[in-house]
Amino acid sequence: MENTRETYVQLEENKKAFYIDSEKLTPIIKVEHLKKSFGSHEVLKDVDFKTYKGDVVCIIGSSGSGKSTLLRCINLLETPTSGTIRFNGEKISVQPKQVNQYRSNVGMVFQSFNLFNNMNVLQNCMVGTTKVLRKNKLAAKQLAMKYLQKVGMAPYIYAKPAQLSGGQKQRVAIARALTMEPEVLLFDEPTSALDPEMVGEVLNVMQELAKEGLTMIIVTHEMAFARDVSTRTIFMDGGVIVEDNAPDVLFNHPENQRTKEFLSRFRNG
Amino acid sequence: MEKNFFEWLLFLVKEYYRYFLQGTWVTLVLSVVGTLLGFLMGFLIGIIQSAPVESESSVTKKCCMKCLKGLSVIYIEIFRGTPMIVQAMVIYYGSKQAFQGLNITSFQAAIIVVTLNTGAYMAETVRGGILSIDKGQEEGAKALGMTHFATMFTIILPQAFRNIFPEMGNLFITNLKMTSVLNVIGVSELYFITKTAANTYYKYFESYMITGLIYFVLVFIFTRLLRFAEKKMEGKNHYKIATEFIKTE
Repeated sequence: MENTRETYVQLEENKKAFYIDSEKLTPIIKVEHLKKSFGSHEVLKDVDFKTYKGDVVCIIGSSGSGKSTLLRCINLLETPTSGTIRFNGEKISVQPKQVNQYRSNVGMVFQSFNLFNNMNVLQNCMVGTTKVLRKNKLAAKQLAMKYLQKVGMAPYIYAKPAQLSGGQKQRVAIARALTMEPEVLLFDEPTSALDPEMVGEVLNVMQELAKEGLTMIIVTHEMAFARDVSTRTIFMDGGVIVEDNAPDVLFNHPENQRTKEFLSRFRNG
Repeated sequence: MEKNFFEWLLFLVKEYYRYFLQGTWVTLVLSVVGTLLGFLMGFLIGIIQSAPVESESSVTKKCCMKCLKGLSVIYIEIFRGTPMIVQAMVIYYGSKQAFQGLNITSFQAAIIVVTLNTGAYMAETVRGGILSIDKGQEEGAKALGMTHFATMFTIILPQAFRNIFPEMGNLFITNLKMTSVLNVIGVSELYFITKTAANTYYKYFESYMITGLIYFVLVFIFTRLLRFAEKKMEGKNHYKIATEFIKTE
């Protein structure tokens, strides 16, 4: 038991050394003093958070702890009340032009899929590349097919979203986000609307992506997935980051009392 | 010898069929052109009304948007709040009085009235149609980095259009019949023609029966056409599997 703790410390040291060595100190996404209130209700209270290239960060926590809001703030779907967001060291302003440019680099996968209902699977995966990245039809189609094949949805290119199952929809949504070739991919409870069987197919795709080294920030209730796949797990409660640790440590030796309480059910079960 | 009801019908049709046809044509042109222009106007105003005023945009942009929104509210209130027959009188006779030398024909005035009236109703319909689209659609597009404009035209409006299509059909059918009130400014549409024919022989019942039948047939045909278009838009309920991509392991 103690052993894991030491290994973690060692790993962290190595990591730090790596970042200093390769001068990769700039995090891909750095959130500083982020606050978000809806009216008088303060959802995020001074959140600081960093993600480096290749990180797979899972954010766990009970409903209403601010996980989703944090993710939506990162993508500026919610305008933060205060605080800054840096992307590769550059501060992101709220100018619409810069926001759109930034969003094309930071993909997002939603709980409710949000596939465009008026388009078929292929069109869904081409709209971003043609309208935002201004690629030509052929290049866009090749990209779409590449990623649809990756998620195993290529046979369904002519289907409309309404004709697909939840798991299939979510895999298309992941492919759509990937066609933009983003530097970071955000997942907002990607499996919460799916039945257990479909959860598996989506998590498999995500695990595949993690292996390939895609930087991901995942808000999830899938504890086993967070433990096995993430490189870092964050536990949020009451609008603050309570614990930010290697999954091994967070799940097996949580440092914070509140984390322990939250995980007790999962660890016993 | 006194003619019976059917003989009068036949006689009137024989005597006036050219006029009835011409009146039907004018009614059709008025309602089709007026409705289409009105739809265009409605879409434009509906889009303006549902455009978000972002707190980040510049002051001039915000002011412009506020002004446009204010103007469209005034327009909608006025044209939904007054009867078309009154609007026709005001626009046709009123404009002649107000602007000396303005030579507006009754037909032009009629087109303007139908357009403005339809536009006011359509603007609200479009706004409702846009509001009815799930917020997630917009967020999905935003997350890809799409602009509000691109999102509107490629994602939201095509879906809103399908939702409001039955209501658009409704507006058109209403217009087809409502153009009859434009006889007050002397447009030679179907009702106006019938009035003339009826007054010549004092055969009101027979004349208006013919006209009623024409309106009914027109509406009936267009209702079927609209239904057909609706069905077409729904698309197929099955899809082709792209077999070339099925993995064989």
